[in-house]
Amino acid sequence: MASLGALPLAAVGEVGKGFIHERTSETLPCQATSKFFCWDWAKEHLISRYETPTFQHLELVVISVAVGFVVAFALALLAHRYRWLQPPLLAGTGVLFTIPSVAFFFLLLPFTGRGRDTAIIALTAYTLQIIYRNTIIGLANVPSSVKDAARGMGLTERQTLWKVELPLALPEIFAGLQIATVSTVAIATLAAFAHGGGLGEPILREGISFKTNLIIAGGIAFLIAVSCGLLLYAIQRFLTPWRRAAAV
Amino acid sequence: MTGPVLSHPVFASIQGAIEFIFTPQTSNVTGGKTVGGIDQVIELALTQLELTALAMAAALIVALPIGLYLGHRGTGELFAIAMGNLGRAIPELALIAFMAALIGVGVLNLTIALAVLGVPPILANSFVGIHQVDRASVDAARGIGMSEFEILRKVEIPLAIPTIFAGIRGAAVAIVATATIAPIAGVLTLGDFIINQNVYGDNGVLAGAILVALLALVIEFSLAGLQRRLTSKGLRLKAT
Repeated sequence: MASLGALPLAAVGEVGKGFIHERTSETLPCQATSKFFCWDWAKEHLISRYETPTFQHLELVVISVAVGFVVAFALALLAHRYRWLQPPLLAGTGVLFTIPSVAFFFLLLPFTGRGRDTAIIALTAYTLQIIYRNTIIGLANVPSSVKDAARGMGLTERQTLWKVELPLALPEIFAGLQIATVSTVAIATLAAFAHGGGLGEPILREGISFKTNLIIAGGIAFLIAVSCGLLLYAIQRFLTPWRRAAAV
Repeated sequence: MTGPVLSHPVFASIQGAIEFIFTPQTSNVTGGKTVGGIDQVIELALTQLELTALAMAAALIVALPIGLYLGHRGTGELFAIAMGNLGRAIPELALIAFMAALIGVGVLNLTIALAVLGVPPILANSFVGIHQVDRASVDAARGIGMSEFEILRKVEIPLAIPTIFAGIRGAAVAIVATATIAPIAGVLTLGDFIINQNVYGDNGVLAGAILVALLALVIEFSLAGLQRRLTSKGLRLKAT
């Protein structure tokens, strides 16, 4: 332990300025102290305790957003073709969006029980509204002069949609995807209530008094959310070079 | 509970949940303790409403003036947008647990934690709403001699109501949803039925889920109604 003593101080010097360190409690396990953050414990357990929850979390988010995107995008295309579908679809996805995830997990209890699949269904339902609405807005924002030009060049309805309207709607579609992904990463911490795994699981297991655990699990979720947001933003910029040219 | 959707167990559990809501019953899980019933439901629902209202009030008091001011001035765009985006990335469970660990449990502390969730969408949307108002309208208002405050109150806010309200509704949905997990921070809301399965049993869990979903929908529809009433007639006509 003597050799380890130098490590936390060195690390704390960088980040933990101002925190009082109770050196007397160093021999206690971190869970039993009121320390704000135990570097020793974090270093020792980061991989062993958080690797699986992190991957479960990513799995929840990737599957939910992917399925949500496919469904919402298909609904948006349908509603773009048949306008009368727009009000009921907006209201329907709105209801799914409004129902709190924790409640949604357990509304499914009689049908799918507890577990990962239940969590994925609820999270998918949550993403629909955001992606659907943004896709519709993106398609509606395409100037009619552009569509006229496409028609004038002899493009069919389908070609106009895929070659003109959808590319021009990409920024809004990506904005929807980004919002849905970032929010789902945050909300997936609640999946643990439904025994769906993810980064909420260590929080529920250890309780609220173990701050180091809360900071690590919450911090990983926050970092995943921010990185996903930035990644999607970068992809959008890459896919819409004409917007970059216009912005300069 | 696999089997077809319309199988008997599903109806049985829904029936059990509805019974749980209306009639107090002896918990077969904790043995002897009386749980459920309309009185307990109302008590917990009121706590959740109170918590949501307090947190919304706090979030509005903090976020709305800043968003309106920055939007009117047209400065701080990066700050407002970054706030909105980062706010979405906050993991609710970790936030509630962490705030409870840091400042303690109880209604007041939880109100602060929940308000943290409400600030980003309200701030970002009020900024964007005001900022998006056609500059020509603002110039015209200034030209007929309105003060800056009058411009904000009589021109910019009415035109920005739909965007501002989108933020307020987003905040309310997030706050009432997160107030569901308030029991982990020592405040008993309807979420207690859901989270403490070992006290209320599966009937209680399903009942809690139904009640929380209804409460959130009622709040969302009320705010949507309020928004329609506050939107000026001219804008309502334009929307249809």
